[in-house]
Amino acid sequence: MMKKMFATVALVFASAMTFASGGSAVHLEQMAPDLHDKASLQRGMQVYTNYCAGCHEMGYARYERAANDLGIPVDLFEENMLPSGKKIGELMKNAMDGTDAKNWFGATPPDLTLEARLRGHDWVYTYLKSFYEDKTRPWGVNNTIFPSVGMPNVLEHLQGVRHMTCAQAPALDEHGKPKFDTLTGDVLTEEQCNVVVQKTAGQLSEEEFDQVAYDVTNFLVYMGEPSRLQAESLGIKVLLFIVLFGIFAYLLNKEYWREIH
Amino acid sequence: MAAMKNFMAWVDARLPVTQAFEKHMSKYYAPKNLNVLYLFGVLSLLVLVNQLLTGVWLTMSYNPSAEGAFASVEYIMRDVEYGWLIRYMHSTGASAFFVVVYLHMFRGLLYGSYQKPRELVWLFGMAIYLALMAEAFMGYLLPWGQMSYWGAQVIISLFSAIPMIGPDLAQWVRGDYLISGITLNRFFSLHVIALPLVLVALVVLHLLALHHVGSNNPKGVDIKKHKDENGIPLDGIPFHPYYTVHDIVGVAVFLFVFCGVIFFFPEMGGYFLEKPNFEAANALKTPAHIAPVWYFTPFYAILRAVTYPLFGLDAKFWGVVAMGGAIAILFVLPWLDRSPVKSMLYKGWMSKVALILFCMSFVTLGVLGVLPSTESRTTIAQIASLVYFLYFILMPFYTKWESTKPVPERV
Repeated sequence: MMKKMFATVALVFASAMTFASGGSAVHLEQMAPDLHDKASLQRGMQVYTNYCAGCHEMGYARYERAANDLGIPVDLFEENMLPSGKKIGELMKNAMDGTDAKNWFGATPPDLTLEARLRGHDWVYTYLKSFYEDKTRPWGVNNTIFPSVGMPNVLEHLQGVRHMTCAQAPALDEHGKPKFDTLTGDVLTEEQCNVVVQKTAGQLSEEEFDQVAYDVTNFLVYMGEPSRLQAESLGIKVLLFIVLFGIFAYLLNKEYWREIH
Repeated sequence: MAAMKNFMAWVDARLPVTQAFEKHMSKYYAPKNLNVLYLFGVLSLLVLVNQLLTGVWLTMSYNPSAEGAFASVEYIMRDVEYGWLIRYMHSTGASAFFVVVYLHMFRGLLYGSYQKPRELVWLFGMAIYLALMAEAFMGYLLPWGQMSYWGAQVIISLFSAIPMIGPDLAQWVRGDYLISGITLNRFFSLHVIALPLVLVALVVLHLLALHHVGSNNPKGVDIKKHKDENGIPLDGIPFHPYYTVHDIVGVAVFLFVFCGVIFFFPEMGGYFLEKPNFEAANALKTPAHIAPVWYFTPFYAILRAVTYPLFGLDAKFWGVVAMGGAIAILFVLPWLDRSPVKSMLYKGWMSKVALILFCMSFVTLGVLGVLPSTESRTTIAQIASLVYFLYFILMPFYTKWESTKPVPERV
């Protein structure tokens, strides 16, 4: 009877959890962060330093920690990546005044230390790739997943100019999934007028630019939680210890309870 | 060994250490048929110790000011040696506390552990639960993230729904016209000093009351009815060493899961650490969707389920009344259950169905409390709230009417 009762409660809980995981309206491209890929993280930090750091601080993180975690020798880091006048142990803050920034961009550019934890890596990755030309906006660009964004497309010369137009695009069902021809299995397309397509080529091919967006996102994921790799390697040791401890605890318990009936 | 014996004799002549150990451990006779559900008491104690210790270390590096709180948490996460571990132990511990306490309370409902003569055990337990909710609520403001701020704003503004004194009361609680550094400072004080003291004192009372009347068991058999010539219950075994070695196994299993979360899923998909809380509190920017942490959501759903004004008072006030009532009604549980038997094993089908429906309604409310409300969800929440209250309100009747099975003499 008790077992049945537990099963019922568990079943209700499980069905309730599925019910809770509703999808969001915006379709995001997936990316799988890889914190072991030091080269990707280094490239990501390089792009961040060259293109983002002027406006976006990482005010909770320190240069030295990032250099060490990413395997960049401190002397090389100081020579090539440390802004002039900064010391290696300092927080990664920039010189831009918040009030000025608000006047220039309409909003203070957010600190990026925790951006990937706040919005999720898929969002950051998709955001970086989703700028398009929009002459009505102050910076001439807009973003499909962040409408009326205040940020210029700083990576435009890499990605090239993209614009919104009418074109054939995959037809989506009400869940945002592509529709398929039931006979041929091909993706069905339809004329849509909010499709972003390439207008002029940039310095990089689409694959190369995807890699840039991936590297920056990967770096932001590292930044959000620099202890992640340390946590996972320590975690395995801790869990192994607990298992070992548990075995001895179980045997001890068995020994004592042998005499109880 | 002789030196140790002499030392203990010296201490015992001045402080009853051995006597206390015997009373509460080695000569505390617990029924020998306690099952796995009886682990959650000792696990609550373990999590309490975890919260106290990690809390002490967090306090060493935390800065309780509106300007510095958010940055100091990131300082702990990045610059303090193993700060991330201490912080995750504390944040995961908060959720783990409610997991084990909810299961501990479920055990109480299942086996009638609140019935005579354990009414005070239950009342002290409920007081602990209340203090724990206050402790968790105030602790949640401290990281000073967006959800900390707006969650506190929503909950404290509930006070303002009380007629006449409401707005002044809310302002008195905040110490300001809106949540500010003043609120943060007083919450910090209450979170690290006042409420932990209350909690520890209540836990002591909970245990003293329990050890005075003795532990219940899955069958609800009174083991004190049958004693041997030395006055020791025939179905009882000394808590130490039998249940201590038992509990250590349970602790190992618990720690495996607990550490798995700490090291691998500290955010638990946004349920233990909510995503909007990775952005510093901003009084000028309201998050699109404000949801309390998962352990408050059943009561939050009850609050939102009340959508109609009554007696000229608006719906929000009645929502607050319903939410408060949902917790208050648990206190009188020992006097609602009229059943001659304690355990669900010997109660009738009505009690069994009632408990299943109650658990379903509680989980449903918990899920609904996380989600933004829609018309259909509000309807479901209203039905679930009704079931929640009917479980208690009808209890005096169905526990009396139903036929029960005879309880065996021995376990």
